[in-house]
Amino acid sequence: MNINATLIGQLVAFVVFVAFCMKYVWPPLMEAIEKRQKEIADGLANAERGQKELELAQGKATEQLRDAKTQAAEIIEQAKKRASQIVDEETQRGHTEREKIIAQGHTEIEAERNRVKEDLRKQVATLAIMGAEKILAREIDAAAQSDIVEKLVAEL
Amino acid sequence: MASEYTTSEYIKHHLTNASMCNTDSGIAFNKACADAGFWTWHIDTLAWSIGLGLVFLWFFRSVAKKASSGVPTKTQAFVELVVDFVNDNVTATFHGRSRLIAPLALTIFCWVLIMNLMDLVPVDLLPSIAGMVGQYGFGMDPHDVYMKAVPTTDLNLTFALAIGVFMLIIFYSIRMKGIGGFTKELTMQPFGHPVFIPVNFILESVTLLARPLSLALRLFGNLYASELIFILIATIGYFQLPLHFMWAVFHILVLPLQAFIFMMLTIVYLSLASEDH
Repeated sequence: MNINATLIGQLVAFVVFVAFCMKYVWPPLMEAIEKRQKEIADGLANAERGQKELELAQGKATEQLRDAKTQAAEIIEQAKKRASQIVDEETQRGHTEREKIIAQGHTEIEAERNRVKEDLRKQVATLAIMGAEKILAREIDAAAQSDIVEKLVAEL
Repeated sequence: MASEYTTSEYIKHHLTNASMCNTDSGIAFNKACADAGFWTWHIDTLAWSIGLGLVFLWFFRSVAKKASSGVPTKTQAFVELVVDFVNDNVTATFHGRSRLIAPLALTIFCWVLIMNLMDLVPVDLLPSIAGMVGQYGFGMDPHDVYMKAVPTTDLNLTFALAIGVFMLIIFYSIRMKGIGGFTKELTMQPFGHPVFIPVNFILESVTLLARPLSLALRLFGNLYASELIFILIATIGYFQLPLHFMWAVFHILVLPLQAFIFMMLTIVYLSLASEDH
């Protein structure tokens, strides 16, 4: 159990080992650990930010959906109103048209009747004259009796 | 195992280092080195400690080379666990920035731990193998082949570590406080009057020197004692098995604890050295 030259050898070995560890072992390990710590911290921060953004987006989406629904309801309401309006207008227009067509028919019929009436009158007159001519042919001159015929025609 | 030995010879054999020295007639080993004095080398201590140190450095270096900041492999996770454990202790104790302290603490902890763990290898295994290799390989008497496989039971190693730490204590003291500050710390405390300079100096020197001394002796004492008990247990025949088991289980606690204490005290001493009072 004596102190001897082994001490020197061990001391040298110790110094060399520590130097090696300090230069080639510790720095790369520490670098990897610290880099990973940073990456994890960044990842957590990113996740939190993503969560917040997601919440925000969800809120916005809900709001937009609500807006869209209200707008759609409004549009439908307007369309309904417009549809009933159009129906009313068309009904109205149909009525007027019918009245107009009926009135026109009436007028045409009236005119036709008047024309036919006139024709008939003329024909009856002619017939009367012919009848009278035939009656009087034997007794009177047609020209002398024409005032009576005229009177008859006017009475018809 | 000890059939040809007396018990005391057996114990003595197990507690002797294989040594090597340079004599007038060339390189000599073991008993021939009895008179060699200081220039004797404990080749088993040197070989085991440097070999185990290289294992530690190779393992950590191979992980460090491939270290990725992504998902770590299981090996990398283990190494990072150790590194993180050491780093936590260093940052909790050593205030100030130093690129040396943390790798130093890691080296001390891992190296001392691996060397301590050699204590759990059955006490006869490595000496027997070495004896057989010596006997059949080199034609030596197996009783003359020594193999003390736990390097931390060699005072040379523990003192080498402690002296290394001591030099760092001096270095940090001078770097942080200057030579003047360091001298003042040695002479003007605890009594701040010039009259007390010799008293102060004696007190402070003892305090300073007690640190490496206690570091070295604590590690050596614990490991030497536990190794000695292992050897003693090995001499009592078949009853050694349960005793051996219990003692080994106990040392699962003691061995890492000693490595941890050595590391922790190193950090504390260096932290004290680099702080102004």
